Amino acid sequence: MRTADLLEEIYLGISSNKVRSGLTMLGIVIGVASVIAMLSVGEGSKAQIESNIQSIGSNLLMVMPGMQRGIGSAVSSGRGSAQTLTREDADALQTADGVLAVAPDSSRRFQITAKGTNTNTQVVGTTPQYQTVRSISVDSGTFFSDPQVTSRSKVAVIGPTTRGDLFGEDVNPVGQQIRINGVIFTVIGMTVAKGGSGFSNQDDMVYIPITAMSAYLNGGDTVSTISIQAIDQESMASAQANVTEILLDRHNISDAASADFSVMNQSDIASAASSVTNTMTLLLAAIAGISLLVGGIGIMNMMLTNVTERTREIGLRQAIGAEKGEIVGQFLGEAILLTVFGGAIGILVGYSISFALSRFMSLSTQVAWSSVGMAFGVSAIIGLVFGYYPARRASRLNPIEALRYE
Amino acid sequence: MSHAPMIEIKDIVKDYVNGDETTHVLKGVSFSIKKGEFVAIMGPSGSGKSTLMHIIGALDVSTSGSYTLDGQDVSSLEPDELARIRKQKIGFVFQAFHLLPRATVLRNVELPLIYSGIDREERARRAGEALIAAGLDESRHEHLSNQLSGGQMQRVAIARALVNDPAIILADEPTGNLDSKTGDLVLDTFQALHRQGRTVVLITHEPYVASHAERTLLVRDGLIVEDRLNTDKVTHGP
Repeated sequence: MRTADLLEEIYLGISSNKVRSGLTMLGIVIGVASVIAMLSVGEGSKAQIESNIQSIGSNLLMVMPGMQRGIGSAVSSGRGSAQTLTREDADALQTADGVLAVAPDSSRRFQITAKGTNTNTQVVGTTPQYQTVRSISVDSGTFFSDPQVTSRSKVAVIGPTTRGDLFGEDVNPVGQQIRINGVIFTVIGMTVAKGGSGFSNQDDMVYIPITAMSAYLNGGDTVSTISIQAIDQESMASAQANVTEILLDRHNISDAASADFSVMNQSDIASAASSVTNTMTLLLAAIAGISLLVGGIGIMNMMLTNVTERTREIGLRQAIGAEKGEIVGQFLGEAILLTVFGGAIGILVGYSISFALSRFMSLSTQVAWSSVGMAFGVSAIIGLVFGYYPARRASRLNPIEALRYE
Repeated sequence: MSHAPMIEIKDIVKDYVNGDETTHVLKGVSFSIKKGEFVAIMGPSGSGKSTLMHIIGALDVSTSGSYTLDGQDVSSLEPDELARIRKQKIGFVFQAFHLLPRATVLRNVELPLIYSGIDREERARRAGEALIAAGLDESRHEHLSNQLSGGQMQRVAIARALVNDPAIILADEPTGNLDSKTGDLVLDTFQALHRQGRTVVLITHEPYVASHAERTLLVRDGLIVEDRLNTDKVTHGP
């Protein structure tokens, strides 16, 4: 039997019962579509989190206060709760090898009001270097300067989201006055939108001089984070080591394990975040995989019914000289064609679902070609595995009994 | 060459074992059929004629004895080898027609050629010729087989049996599902094929059907009890 003829027989076998073939295919379509859609949600949120992390700056190291332990006590409060970092620490790091810029910040959420509107947002008290370190650009107006920091000026640079909340879109906020926790600040600039959302929205921020923060709002001289920009990617590791050494020395700590601060680099943050999304993606894929498996069992069920229903046809094919391999080829081929065709439709459906999710539900999705390839491959393998048993059963029928079958 | 037997069966025994009980269905059958003969194998149900048909048709093998078809020993072949014998040497016509219902008449007739690996144009040509030889004109070749009458279906089945130019045509109760008038037309078709020199073996329980052949083998209780010539039907002398 020629291959082209075998393919034609397979096609005729499937198309002779369109409704049943369609329903069988539906199982695979749903399985593959859900794998593609679920993985696209997982991939999309991973990509979004990565771009959020990139948007906070490049070659970035962040020093956070560590756990605070009372003297002689083993009770630890939460990480980051200690108030061990000061502006002097930040100043001392300016000269460390491999460090390009250092910006300490002292951040807290405050209620902010402007003529009849108010919002609650993150207020970051910092220095002008923060602009470089966190790659912030100013859209209108200016960022505050070093003299303004020294003079504790009550000036503020606001993010575009905050501008929208307080003054409305398309209003130039420069020159307007806002009250942060009741203290009047003058808006001198607005940052360029970074487009982040959800997890740390970079556009919903108010930046003020760190001196003004400690003088009027927060009190004290401690900082919540010191952001450091390394000279380049290669000097990240040495910069991290130098920073750690200087701070250990300043804090009189001899054992690095009991440091009262932690130095994180951007890739640590990225990998911590992506391990969360990876787990989520895996979970989604597992759920989708189960539906693909159910679809495969549907194929086997249908092919077994098919073999029973077509027993007489199989008997006839055997009588006119079809060999075992040709019968196996036909029924296995039908199962594989159904799954491959169903897989192709499933890819289209899954792609449309992921498009619809991002378009109408503002979920960020990303269809990875690897997941398309995998779903397609898996569905073909399912056809092979679940189609083989019914096909073998067909080929082992006794032609005499098959011809007599009612 | 017409003197060499097409079918040579010697001491064929077929036993079925069911648990401890052994049923002797064929108890030592011997006969031969020459090329070009039209032979009816007749017997009541349970006589063993169906089992004999399965062995002649290479659908089954005997417990002992030898069977030579067209010069080839078929007594002890494996299933796939039997399938090749059926493909090359035997054209079946069944009581229940066994056509593929959603395929065209032409496609049904082409089916044996598909399994023989014949190319498309050659297939269509030979299937068309076989249909005309079986008495079905071209206007019906593209019909679906389930749109035909019983007589037409059996003609399609005969064309399918002819198309591979087999050594023998083996018909199992070919008129069993037909009324007597269309049954006669089908029997006329077999006689016409016989006149063209084909070897036809007809399995039936009806003496009337058997009387259309030139020779009748009567099977009873697993043995050939009578081998007679229907002298008025002989067109090729034995």
